[in-house]
Amino acid sequence: MSSVHVSLGEVAASLALTALAVVVSAGQRARLEDDIVVAAARAFVQLSAVGYVIKVVFEQDRLTFVVALLIAMTLVGALTARRRAAGVPGAFLPLFIALGLAAAATLGLVVALGVFAAEPRYLVPVGGMVIGNAMTAAAVALNRLGDDVRADAPRIEATLALGAPAREALRPVMRRSLRSGLIPLIDSTKTTGLVFFPGTMVGMLLAGAAPVDAVRLQLVLLYVLLGAVALATLAAVTLAQRAFTTPAHQLRELPLTK
Amino acid sequence: MPLFALEDVTAVRSGRTVFEGLELALSEGVTAVVGPSGVGKSTLLRLLNRLADPERGVVRYRGCDVRSLDVLALRREVALVPQLPALLPGSVADNVRYAARVAGRVPEVAGLLADAALSGDLAEREATALSVGEQQRVMLARALATGPRVLLADEPTAALDEDSRALVERTLLGLSDREDLSIVIVTHDRAQADRLAESVVAVPAPGAGLAVLG
Repeated sequence: MSSVHVSLGEVAASLALTALAVVVSAGQRARLEDDIVVAAARAFVQLSAVGYVIKVVFEQDRLTFVVALLIAMTLVGALTARRRAAGVPGAFLPLFIALGLAAAATLGLVVALGVFAAEPRYLVPVGGMVIGNAMTAAAVALNRLGDDVRADAPRIEATLALGAPAREALRPVMRRSLRSGLIPLIDSTKTTGLVFFPGTMVGMLLAGAAPVDAVRLQLVLLYVLLGAVALATLAAVTLAQRAFTTPAHQLRELPLTK
Repeated sequence: MPLFALEDVTAVRSGRTVFEGLELALSEGVTAVVGPSGVGKSTLLRLLNRLADPERGVVRYRGCDVRSLDVLALRREVALVPQLPALLPGSVADNVRYAARVAGRVPEVAGLLADAALSGDLAEREATALSVGEQQRVMLARALATGPRVLLADEPTAALDEDSRALVERTLLGLSDREDLSIVIVTHDRAQADRLAESVVAVPAPGAGLAVLG
């Protein structure tokens, strides 16, 4: 695979299109100019910083560095998702466990299947991709869980009043939150190649790889990702739902909004 | 031995003390718990089958501290019907069967619907599409499906029009004839309490003494 070199000047030139976005926003009075500038600046700073961190991790070529970086990503992912899941008490730990589980299971599987060697060059980007997608899905699922437990509290309590265990009484809301977390990824997987080209494939094609290789690797990642995201969402919802009930199968009193 | 006894019970809900140091005994048969809105009648019912625990004090069922009992078994024996219907999506029969399954029983759907003064024709109708009065009676049928020894009914007619109220009252009166079933009805309507119950207990406003009225 030939490597692609991008100069800082070329990066700066691509800002011309970002400037166009600012012009559109200003022209339409959408008042997004500040947000666009902040987004572009953050992308530059964050990606540059991560680039240097990854450079160090690649150069060191030690698995402990990879694990440390993946734990840091999981931590940031769980903290970010927690903000969306504000209606779920104590959401951080379920999210951290869920994202960590998804990353560990996925990387373990692709290495065990021999798709990738256990090297930083493969583990870091694949791990990051899994954690990012799992974060989005788990955040959506827990956000829905928090809303639905509140909206459905009378029905949940009526079910508990029949002598149903808490897990059973919460099952309908758990099912709905699981679905809402997974459906976006399932839908985007359905339309992949038709409506959009996924990132890995785009990256490989830009870097000069053969299209067949790019497609096969992308397929491996899509399939693995579906499993990883399902696992993460299930783990997050299963662990988080415990916060809504007591060991005596009672629905906890919840603040209406948080 | 009373059916339920509350000993020095203080209950807090949404950060507010609902009642404090409450002493109360409820006997077998049909008992109405009356009192103005906000004195904690619904909270009291929730303590009886442990949907909530008191902040302080002991709640006893047939002499046993409810916290020493298997909470799921307690709820199947002491079934609570909430003030507003809250049925599961699915048919009337689905709801009744669900409750029976939770209690590990084989449901007699037709018999249970008849006990709740519901026509068998409703069995396959979507439960949440029925009128509120019909839904409230499905809630009763569903509670009976667990084979309870005690039925706790929280303002069972508060949300109903006059005709539906009369039907639910008739249903409760029919059930009160059953020797194996005790009923505790919470109501703000003193006349309803007199119509339905053998004994009436008033929950006093905070600070006042407790009165057994009849």
